[in-house]
Amino acid sequence: MYAHPSIETKETQDIASSSTPHIQIKDLNVHIDGKHILKNINLSIPNNSITSIIGPSGCGKTTLLKTLNRLMDDSKGVEINGSVLVNGEDIYAKDAEVTHIRKKMGLLSQRPFPLPMSIYDNIAYGPRIHGQRNKKVLTEIVEKQLKNVGLWEEVKDRLDSSATSLSIGQQQRLCLARGLAVQPEIILGDESTSALDPISTQTIENLLVELKKDYTIVLVTHILRQARRVSDYIIFVYNGEIVEFGKTEDVLLNPKNEITQQYVKGFIS
Amino acid sequence: MSSIKSRLRQEKIAKILMQLSGISITGSLFLIIGIILYKGLPYLSWEMVSQTPQGGFYIGKSGGILNAILGSLYLATAATILATIIGIPISIYLNLYIKSGSLIAKASKLLFDVLYGIPSIVYGAIAFSMMVWLGIRASLLGGIITITLLTIPIVVRTIDELVKTIPIDLKNVTKALGATRWEIAQVLLKYIKPGVFTAILLAFGRAIGDVAGVLLTTGFSDNLPKYLDEPAATLPLAIFFQLSSPIPEVQGRAYASALVLTFIILIIVICTHILASKQKKHKI
Repeated sequence: MYAHPSIETKETQDIASSSTPHIQIKDLNVHIDGKHILKNINLSIPNNSITSIIGPSGCGKTTLLKTLNRLMDDSKGVEINGSVLVNGEDIYAKDAEVTHIRKKMGLLSQRPFPLPMSIYDNIAYGPRIHGQRNKKVLTEIVEKQLKNVGLWEEVKDRLDSSATSLSIGQQQRLCLARGLAVQPEIILGDESTSALDPISTQTIENLLVELKKDYTIVLVTHILRQARRVSDYIIFVYNGEIVEFGKTEDVLLNPKNEITQQYVKGFIS
Repeated sequence: MSSIKSRLRQEKIAKILMQLSGISITGSLFLIIGIILYKGLPYLSWEMVSQTPQGGFYIGKSGGILNAILGSLYLATAATILATIIGIPISIYLNLYIKSGSLIAKASKLLFDVLYGIPSIVYGAIAFSMMVWLGIRASLLGGIITITLLTIPIVVRTIDELVKTIPIDLKNVTKALGATRWEIAQVLLKYIKPGVFTAILLAFGRAIGDVAGVLLTTGFSDNLPKYLDEPAATLPLAIFFQLSSPIPEVQGRAYASALVLTFIILIIVICTHILASKQKKHKI
């Protein structure tokens, strides 16, 4: 076994104290069908920044992301221990209200999944289920969010056509706009550009960088160059443990841990 | 490692087998339609579909099978509507409200598999004994209840298969918007809507074609079905009774009745397809 640094090192404390941590994970352990998938995760994810979770396939990075908005809850054989604090509130507390927690976090999945309805309704869906019935307000939200992701000019004349008529890159931007329409505080991206072409990927990346001034963004990615391009902080996960966490340039250019070095150099993938 | 030659031969054999089974199935379908057209068409008349049996209808005298046409339509429509209203919530509950691997989920799916496979005569016999016990006679209502029970498993199992085709991420992104399970269910139902029409169609087909389930519970009547608590005629039973007659005229009318039944199903199939294709618009 390798020696990995305790995550509560001086450096990470610095990260945590430099800005208030939006998300704080304490002693998180996840078992799936008895297998220990995430081991003793302790982490503070800072505000208004992009934090990328990197690591080899099957290391638990997607599981880590999904535990942040309780998407693992309904899967079978999943046991979650520990706590995840969002704004100091434990989302795994017994009285925590799960739909309210999820509303705070927009999810951008691997492939775009527009809802089976029109472009307009895709954006309006979230505000609608949360009680917004005013047609005028909804239309304003749709326009604002489509502008936000640079899609307005492309779709303003066909808001009533099916969301599936859009190209895959446009669909992913639509999904981002749909997530933003419920006014989340956090954006979670699960390899959100892996199905996209290079140009759409760049558009999404630029959008995320722009959005970080208003949101806390956590991305899972297996593309190191993407992590380097967009993120402020990097979490390297290996075998369900956090091996290294720090500023992007520190982790990628001067990794302290041997495993991180090997991963960054491409010896393990 | 098999050589490219033998792999190509396998490909050829598989293709021939598939074509053979395709030809035999379509062939038998055309044979069935051909026979009922050939034997039934000469006896099909406006009188046949617009009148109830007159005196001596079953020995070849005048009258028609309007009683059975209406009886079947009432019964199958009511049973299908009830089965849909009951079946869809069951499948939503099984797929969204219960954890997929849990004992209850497994047990209920097994139960519905069994119910799906039980022959309709068993449903009929059980419903009949219940009706005797409760002192109810054979009636349209008895038939509707029996056929509803018979078709619920069809709706539940078909929708269950459809739900499996829904991408897990569609469920997750809807969840991530803060939707409740009921709201997620509505989105997912929208996604599988064209398939739901197929499920309803299958249920209707089974409901309108069933003989054994209605034999004991619905009875038969030469009058038009007017009341739920009175016996009613159904087309499959009308076919059965007329076919058992030694008189050629009556036998011919049995085929004409079969023609009417097939025609009703054809109309329903076409309507379902039109409805389903209109719904496909927003499918991913």
